[in-house]
Amino acid sequence: MEIKVIQNVLNANNTMAEQNRKIFAEKKVFVINIMSSPGSGKTTILEKTAPYLIPEIKSAVIVGDVCTSNDANRLVNAGIHAVQINTDKFGGGCHLAAHVIRKAIENIDLDSIDLLIVENVGNLVCPAEFDIGEDARTVVLSVTEGEDKPVKYPLMFRVCDTALLNKIDLLPYIDYDKTETIKNILQIHPGIPVFEISAKTENGFGPWIEWLKKNVGQKTSSAPSVRT
Amino acid sequence: MHEMVIAKQIIEIATSSIPDSMKNRSVERVNLKVGKLSSVVPDSLIFCFEILSIDTRLAGAELNIEVVPVLARCRECETEWTINEPIFTCKKCKSGLIEIISGRELNITSIELEDSKQF
Repeated sequence: MEIKVIQNVLNANNTMAEQNRKIFAEKKVFVINIMSSPGSGKTTILEKTAPYLIPEIKSAVIVGDVCTSNDANRLVNAGIHAVQINTDKFGGGCHLAAHVIRKAIENIDLDSIDLLIVENVGNLVCPAEFDIGEDARTVVLSVTEGEDKPVKYPLMFRVCDTALLNKIDLLPYIDYDKTETIKNILQIHPGIPVFEISAKTENGFGPWIEWLKKNVGQKTSSAPSVRT
Repeated sequence: MHEMVIAKQIIEIATSSIPDSMKNRSVERVNLKVGKLSSVVPDSLIFCFEILSIDTRLAGAELNIEVVPVLARCRECETEWTINEPIFTCKKCKSGLIEIISGRELNITSIELEDSKQF
């Protein structure tokens, strides 16, 4: 005999993510989930972004990696409060799930910050599937990766609200068709803002920082809003 | 990559869906809908399910996966079509304002139990 169930397998995660979202709305903290493949420059971008935010915007970072606290150490040195999560303890090495974020925020004073950055585990597949209660999702792609990454990993580029194209300082030295990459990103997600940056030289940081500050400002000054 | 975590969730949900009065019946099949846009590989999920279910009520049960196509609707001209390649602009009017109607599913739809034993 057949018993109807009809339940989303990720229900437990989605419920926890909604609870996180409520907490962040109450505390008026803007939460951004930054995702990319390994080595695209997430940590360097955050190290270089920090000085543009301090002291105006108080921030904390949750960093996900399978092993080591190298990234958290780098961010602490850049002046940001950072909490390292090593996912091997949570039985799933490939992404940060909502319950992991809940655990991590126990170590962060949400009343004293405006911006919480989640640097997800380097991976273009699984993190796209797991809602953590964030307000915005940003995907980082670097010019040393293939132009066709967006079409290979469409879900990631669909679920993100912004894209950062990093390492543009390398463009004169490599055969890379930037126009093709941007075309591919927009084909998957028409209208998504794409910021071309170099975390090394900080070239192009203006529009990215402006976007970030605008969104933090909207969250901290407005009535609690909840993303659906 | 995360199929192990998902297989674990499937086992938890399916196990808790068995009514108390039928706890002695074995589970023959778990029916699942997986959207083509969800980042789940059906073969890997079945492999993980088979391994994780060994010492559970679901041991030996089949994980039956129905793959759901990615269906989109244009918000401008209301055209509906199936997306078969990674292009998310309207087939007819080229607008980027589209909504995904299906293709992100990851739902258990039902479980099938063996019929009551005849003695």
